[in-house]
Amino acid sequence: MADMNPKKHEMPSQEPAVRARNFDEVALGYTAEIARAEAARCLSCKNPPCVGGCPVNINIPAFIKKLAEGDDEGAYGVIAEYSSLPAVCGRVCPQESQCEALCVRGKKGEPVAIGRLERYAADAHREKKARGEAEAAAAPEKNGRRVAVVGSGPAGLTCAGDLARAGYDVTVFEALHTPGGVLVYGIPEFRLPKAIVAEEIAGLSDLGVTFETNTVIGRTVSVDELLEDGYEAVFIGTGAGLPRFMGIPGENLNGVFSANEFLTRINLMKAYKEGADTPVMRPKKVAVVGGGNVAMDAARCALRLGADEVSIVYRRSETELPARAEEVEHAKEEGVVFRLLTNPVRILGDGNMFVSGIECVRMELGEPDASGRRRPVTVEGSEFTIDCDCVIMAIGTSPNPLIRTTTPGLDCERWGGIRADDAGATSREGVFAGGDAVTGAATVILAMGAGKTAAAAIDEYIKNK
Amino acid sequence: MYRIVKRKELNPTVTLIEVDAPRVAAKAKAGQFVILIPDEGGERIPLTVAGCDRDRGTVTVIFQIVGATTEKLNAKREGDFIHDFAGPLGRPTVVEGFRRVAVIGGGVGCAIALPVARALREAGAEVHSVVGFRNRDLVILEDEFRAVSSVMKIMTDDGSYGEKGLVTDALRALIESGAEYDEVIAIGPLVMMKFVCRLTAEYGIKTVVSMNPIMIDGTGMCGGCRLTVGGEMKFACVDGPDFDGHLVDFDEAMKRGSVYREKERAAHEAACRLLRAGENNG
Repeated sequence: MADMNPKKHEMPSQEPAVRARNFDEVALGYTAEIARAEAARCLSCKNPPCVGGCPVNINIPAFIKKLAEGDDEGAYGVIAEYSSLPAVCGRVCPQESQCEALCVRGKKGEPVAIGRLERYAADAHREKKARGEAEAAAAPEKNGRRVAVVGSGPAGLTCAGDLARAGYDVTVFEALHTPGGVLVYGIPEFRLPKAIVAEEIAGLSDLGVTFETNTVIGRTVSVDELLEDGYEAVFIGTGAGLPRFMGIPGENLNGVFSANEFLTRINLMKAYKEGADTPVMRPKKVAVVGGGNVAMDAARCALRLGADEVSIVYRRSETELPARAEEVEHAKEEGVVFRLLTNPVRILGDGNMFVSGIECVRMELGEPDASGRRRPVTVEGSEFTIDCDCVIMAIGTSPNPLIRTTTPGLDCERWGGIRADDAGATSREGVFAGGDAVTGAATVILAMGAGKTAAAAIDEYIKNK
Repeated sequence: MYRIVKRKELNPTVTLIEVDAPRVAAKAKAGQFVILIPDEGGERIPLTVAGCDRDRGTVTVIFQIVGATTEKLNAKREGDFIHDFAGPLGRPTVVEGFRRVAVIGGGVGCAIALPVARALREAGAEVHSVVGFRNRDLVILEDEFRAVSSVMKIMTDDGSYGEKGLVTDALRALIESGAEYDEVIAIGPLVMMKFVCRLTAEYGIKTVVSMNPIMIDGTGMCGGCRLTVGGEMKFACVDGPDFDGHLVDFDEAMKRGSVYREKERAAHEAACRLLRAGENNG
């Protein structure tokens, strides 16, 4: 009989005042006891709606049942059949709008904490592996057929993992010096420790996946050269890495950064550490423009670098914030100020071309726009200035043009996305694509879902060749 | 890991290294750059390709010791390894379709100007080269420039070698003496490129400059290398590094280049102290 407590178990985490000044992980994860107790809340539905909410279709009741029985390793085994990155998903998936949103328990009370349980199972396995008590996954027998994966973010890693498990000889090409894509350059250490990403990548290496870093497809090697080189299919999972700016005066002042640059300096280049070779500005008063998860990450990083005041500047109201509720909550607890219904019109500089403030206008919500959200409208004459020495633009990214401009015959959308069908097939035979490179900036798990779908389509394509 | 197969100090602050990187060597063209990290965990720095040997699979870069990272790079010897080396990045310089081009190099910028001059010559253009240095001790690549130039002017600030004066003085004299250039290509310090552009604007000669701003990834991801060109925001790494010099906002680029200057100076001094300590111990 399931535990009918309407509340899910809280996850232990660092105190807000403490964590706002360090880069250690905020959420500490369930203990074995809490995990067991939370797992007991699952009803083991016969037709589990939660699975339909998971982009990679993890058999959720099955892994939770194993946890309830105390079989942590068995639970991990179930998840690993479907997901190449369980420790990552358990941390960064928006479960509240996916699996947990459909949980039957959520109708009368809170849903089962599926995300926290997934994280627990993955962490328990990793710790066991570190103690030498769990086996590394055995590399499957190879079928001798080669597939190239371009980009080592969530889409590419998932596609590579699924293909490797199916016996393919997979090489992942990464432009940067470290694999992981947005998981290493974008999402901060305190939300997703880099050691965990490295561990998940090591797991793929155990499956026989080869990683080639410092290889910029479209420059170092073209997609066509990969095909000529004997790769039977190419998966493009290059993400949406090109930062957008607002096009307002003052954006080239010193102290204005794209969220990508600010986060890359901190996360990938470790500029937050004493003695790091890569510099990062340590501003005192920071305005982060945007309301998504990336904006929350940038704001919370700025606090941890020692800023006295960090504010989110967002043109709509709190209900429209695209960030996960949990991220907004965490940012507020840590002291990030939310300046909502506020839109920047220009960035002000001092005599030396460093930022001294940001001029904004107040907004009010009008009629719904194309996105269904109420359109923000400027309140005339409401200009005011926020003093700051740093402005971080977190208003979105677009796909990188390198591949589309160097791959003849690859159809793309006007805004830059690669055109692919539901299975990931592009206009070029043998070339598949998925994730943000196709959809524009979205979430880790959606990219993983696309990588998974494309892996199945690539398997099908090669078998029928 | 990428092995240094050859190393040569061109002057007290400028060093040439030839690096084993076959994939980059197979593709690199004049005007493109690489991003390298000397040692694990280090900084990514962009360096323009100074040449490549497709048969040997090597890429040559020439760098000036300006900060902690170039200091560490300079401490490496033949046979040592560079941890990361990615490229070629950026768009190649356009070298086709010219009758006569003036190539202007300033200081270590000459290392980038040379392969451009060479490529222009190979594409059939007549090349006039004007190279400038602070003094005689800093002159680099003189013979190499002579080999590809029908006219060659060396300028030094103090007159200790070549003629005393600025590259703009020599360029003006060449233009005034009737040399008709289809294009001028200027590569060097921002202030030099700015004044070359000001001069060529007077004569209405199209001028291309090679920009080398602060960047991290070199693939369009960080936006740190953004410039204002013709009133529009451009990323040097993917839209350049070459731009129409008459449209570049040099004053802004100079200010943007100074954002980490204090931290860089501190890091550079720390690296020097470390290296000196190492030498004393060794």
